[in-house]
Amino acid sequence: MNDANTTGVEASGVPQTMQKMSKIDLAPIPNEGVLLGWLRQMLLIREFEVRTMQAYQNQLIGGFCHIYIGQEAVAVGSIAAVNDDDPIVLAYRDHGHALARGMDPKYCMAEMFGRIGGCAKGKGGSMHMFDADHYLYGGHGIVSAQTPLGAGLAFATKYEDEILKGGKSSHVTLCFLGDGALNQGCFYEAMNLASLQDLPVIYVLENNRYSMGTAIDRGTSMAEELHVKSEAFGIEHAIVDGKNVIDMYRKFKSIADWCREESRPFFVEAQTYRYKGHSMSDPRKYRTKEEESREEENDCIDLLTTFLTEEFDFTKDALKQMNKQVKVQIRDSVTWANNSPETPMDEMYKDVYTDTWGPYTGTSKPEMLEEGGET
Amino acid sequence: MSVATAQRVIEFREALREAMIEEMRNDERVFLIGEEVAQYNGAYKVSKGMLDEFGSRRVIDTPISESGFSGMCIGSAMRGLRPIVEFMSWSFSLVAADPILNNAAKMLYMSGGQFGCPIVFRGNDGAGGQLASTHSWCVESLYANVPGLKMAIPYDPYDAKGLLKTAIRDDNPVFFLESERLLSTTGHVPEEEYTVPFGQALIRSEGTDCTLISFGRPLHFCLEASEELAKEGIYCEVIDGRTIRPLDIDTMVHSVRKTNACVVVDQSWSFASVGSEIASQIHAICFDDLDNYVHRVHSDDVPTPYSHNLEQAYLPNTRKICEAVRAATYNA
Ligand SMILES: Cc1ncc(C[n+]2csc(CCOP(=O)(O)OP(=O)(O)O)c2C)c(N)n1
Ligand SMILES: [Mg+2]
Repeated sequence: MNDANTTGVEASGVPQTMQKMSKIDLAPIPNEGVLLGWLRQMLLIREFEVRTMQAYQNQLIGGFCHIYIGQEAVAVGSIAAVNDDDPIVLAYRDHGHALARGMDPKYCMAEMFGRIGGCAKGKGGSMHMFDADHYLYGGHGIVSAQTPLGAGLAFATKYEDEILKGGKSSHVTLCFLGDGALNQGCFYEAMNLASLQDLPVIYVLENNRYSMGTAIDRGTSMAEELHVKSEAFGIEHAIVDGKNVIDMYRKFKSIADWCREESRPFFVEAQTYRYKGHSMSDPRKYRTKEEESREEENDCIDLLTTFLTEEFDFTKDALKQMNKQVKVQIRDSVTWANNSPETPMDEMYKDVYTDTWGPYTGTSKPEMLEEGGET
Repeated sequence: MSVATAQRVIEFREALREAMIEEMRNDERVFLIGEEVAQYNGAYKVSKGMLDEFGSRRVIDTPISESGFSGMCIGSAMRGLRPIVEFMSWSFSLVAADPILNNAAKMLYMSGGQFGCPIVFRGNDGAGGQLASTHSWCVESLYANVPGLKMAIPYDPYDAKGLLKTAIRDDNPVFFLESERLLSTTGHVPEEEYTVPFGQALIRSEGTDCTLISFGRPLHFCLEASEELAKEGIYCEVIDGRTIRPLDIDTMVHSVRKTNACVVVDQSWSFASVGSEIASQIHAICFDDLDNYVHRVHSDDVPTPYSHNLEQAYLPNTRKICEAVRAATYNA
């Protein structure tokens, strides 16, 4: 992949692929308050991830853990463009989306600490953030597992709106996937179904150009023209600058509104970069330090800060102040997570079925346990 | 010659690598393929350096397309090539279930013996360490149900190399189940050429009171338990089954006839499992020899939890094994 193309900043005009969608205009830039909210969210995610890495080093977090630093604008800009009750489903690099969707960071941290206070009671961990109250249908550990689920969530909202409520389809599902997930067959089956059934789902490709150590053009054919992947199914597509939260939002808002209105799927390529390794144990030998620093120079938080400074005299002090608040909030989250008790043993057999059966031993019939489940 | 100089000690992952390298040198039809196996040197560094020696036509990086590359390799095996397919984890083989079970395992039979499938699928199986339920699959019980495939689970570096060489030379599909937790363990592996045949269980420690049967990583806990139980005067005979298909039931039966008690330890879930199969065979063959029914230790019958303490309680562990042996020998 050549470097001029990587950030999408050079291409910040309307990408060629969008021109076909003449019906889609860029949504207006929101007011200062909204932009400040986004900045705060991005700072919050970044600080959260910094503390996550620390906690991982201190062995408070186990298993696989994937850091979202660098990609914050994708989650923040796209999630801001849909309604709070529009479903979201994604892969395992999921902390940022959970926070952008409004999950209190303390629940997210406690989940990774394996505590009962975690958003999934410590049963899922870093890769599996679920939050029903925020219509977050999970981080999913198996690459691309979420792509048919995304079609299914859209199928459900459409079914509910049109058949159960007798109205018009009024929701849109966001289904995020990595560039590596493009190469699982189920994604193409899902797109075909979404197109055939007019499902309002947006496939948000977070193209950070690597799947583990595999640069996109080594693992994905037509890596420079990914729109062809959805064109084959008659699904509309667009490229957005995933580092520029305003650009993300403006295009995304129009796209989401269009999908909602037309009840159709969409494929959006957000061009971005992950600053850290794939997971906590990745020495990143497959790319150069120069490439990394070039990418980090074009940072989503800096871009928005600069915009705010130029347009609204946002001061360095104000930024400092915001950073301070965020640090305090995350520090409190870590403390809260640390104080949350370890997931107790009686959770072992809960949630396997809707009724609590257990334990199965191979020599006796499992019993129905009381509500509250004594084992 | 002192023991120290006679014994070369290497890591489990190096033993696996040596097996592949030697077989690839011997037979040009053998190649290695999988996610991150070439340029990245393997997600777990098993294939480190192999790209340099064999080049990108024989050490091949793939996209994350398990179904596609498994099926592709099965097709090539029908023509007589001998692929080694690395699954980063057997957990990810589930998206390739159709080709590996329907095509690899059944090709010879469906074609009336015309097209075989000399292929090895290998990778990490079982819990790693808080990887949660999607990434902690023990596939042995799921897959051992299917006729037409062979299945090996090495416990130490010696067997890792010897069994893998046998697997690569086998004309049938072999499912080779490694454990991420064992990859850094070390052990004696001779310099000289050797193989370990399939279908020959190994007695890892001798005893008179209870036969303890297991495969792969849980053997570690069996050996630990057997030391602990010895302090109580209960002596276990620990048998490493080594291969599940074929299963060396004879060695197990022979031991049970001596001890009159048996515990099977199997990391997969209990229901319809390798453990239940072995117990059933021993019940059938050793009905009159047993002083008690065959006890079993498995992972608890729930999806693998993430939380550290729940995961530890969920897996077969030394405590559970000790309890089962005490119960099976009426020492509870
Ligand atoms: C089916 C399957 N195969 C392999 C893996 C191991 N794995 C986890 S993440 C990953 C790379 C995915 O990269 P990408 O989709 O680009 O997402 P990113 O990590 O860049 O966010 C791989 C190979 C997996 N989880 N599931
Ligand atoms: Mg990627």
